[in-house]
Amino acid sequence: MKSDITQKSNISSNNRKYLLFILPFLVLFALFYSCDKKETTVKEKPISDLSIYNLPSKWTNQDGKNIEMKDLKGKVLVMVMIYTSCKSACPRLVADMRNIESRLPQDIKEKVQLVLVSIDPEVDTPNRLKSFSIENKMEGNQWVFLRSTEENTREFAAVLAVNYKKVSPIDFSHSNIISVFNNEGELVFQQEGLGVNSDATINKITEEAQKD
Amino acid sequence: MLQKRIIIGFLCFISSTLFAQEVKMASIREGFFVPLYGATSKKPVKVNTFSIDVFPVTNAQYLDFVKKNPAYSRSKIKGLFADKSYLIQWESDFNFGKNNLNDAPVTNVSWFAAKKYCECQGKRLPTMDEWEYVAMADEKRIDARAKENFNKYIMSWYEKPKTYLNPVGKTFKNYWGVYDMHGLVWEWTADFNSIFLSGESRKDKATDKNLFCGSGSINATDLMNYAAFMRYAFRGSLKANYTTKNLGFRCVKNK
Repeated sequence: MKSDITQKSNISSNNRKYLLFILPFLVLFALFYSCDKKETTVKEKPISDLSIYNLPSKWTNQDGKNIEMKDLKGKVLVMVMIYTSCKSACPRLVADMRNIESRLPQDIKEKVQLVLVSIDPEVDTPNRLKSFSIENKMEGNQWVFLRSTEENTREFAAVLAVNYKKVSPIDFSHSNIISVFNNEGELVFQQEGLGVNSDATINKITEEAQKD
Repeated sequence: MLQKRIIIGFLCFISSTLFAQEVKMASIREGFFVPLYGATSKKPVKVNTFSIDVFPVTNAQYLDFVKKNPAYSRSKIKGLFADKSYLIQWESDFNFGKNNLNDAPVTNVSWFAAKKYCECQGKRLPTMDEWEYVAMADEKRIDARAKENFNKYIMSWYEKPKTYLNPVGKTFKNYWGVYDMHGLVWEWTADFNSIFLSGESRKDKATDKNLFCGSGSINATDLMNYAAFMRYAFRGSLKANYTTKNLGFRCVKNK
């Protein structure tokens, strides 16, 4: 920006036309570089400092609909990162998610959203996520499958403290973590490992869902 | 719509040229190398041509960024994006104080903040492979990892206290014209969270075992592995909102 200012002050009067021409560009340029992309918060209740609703990333669900994390606001979120072509750990992680869902008390089910985020956006298109949800009998409204760009996925993994790495064109190694977020979008609990006892996770979800 | 795109593209072009002049970058030619960690079956990894900042980002540069993006100042940054020690060594939100040189590397910045900084310059954080590729060069060679002196230099830095207070550009200039890859601060990489040292994958576990249970004698390869292993282990211990006083960053750009 500094260079723009010095440039302007050096401009002599016969260069005014030129200035008029480039001024809109400079303004646009300033807008472009202010980097305040989209950090406006929802009016009603301020989003807490630790909330994932602060993430500006855009996602696509299994129905091809575009959403942001803050669109999931108000529900307790149970999240896991998987990829659909995975043969080893993910089927068990998915089974763990289904198990958790089936054991939730009936009266809180409405308040809980179970979210599966793909770490393989290249392969996991919305269509693919859709058929995965059908194959795995996860078609109810409580299930959301998300994909985004590689960069947004890397960032989201960073938030969940999930590590992952592509180890071959079709394989990833990744942490097996199921995360629970309260209805403000704050991380409140994590279950680590495969096929572990989910009692504590279910208790936490229930506790959070009963809060208002 | 198309017009708008052209204008934006044009602006991107001007701005990126402006910024390129502001911060010195070095051009890195594409090549293959076998990183210590992450390559399956020890096959060489390809690194595409890119440019990298010659120096890590300094206090003065970071201050400029914070002034333009107050949401990233010490008191305003959200807990999701940085822990409590974010910029803690600075005097206040918009003043890095007398104890910090303006041309010393900025540290106590989180991954989120570093990433945002680079995005605002029209750049990005380097991948781990890109960073390691540049860091394996000494003054004369693209790959000096097997050289004993090179490794000794890196190891001796690990033992030196408080190098993060030094100005940038005082360590050696490497083959690519890049400074401070070793000897000043540790640096964030875009995919720092792709490391497994907890044994979640058998392959990675084997790497650990090879490192820890190697033969007793120390040769150049052991030293080289140890120096690099320290970096990978450090990265593996980080979380994206962590900040520490010896961790800074620099940015890269695609060619």
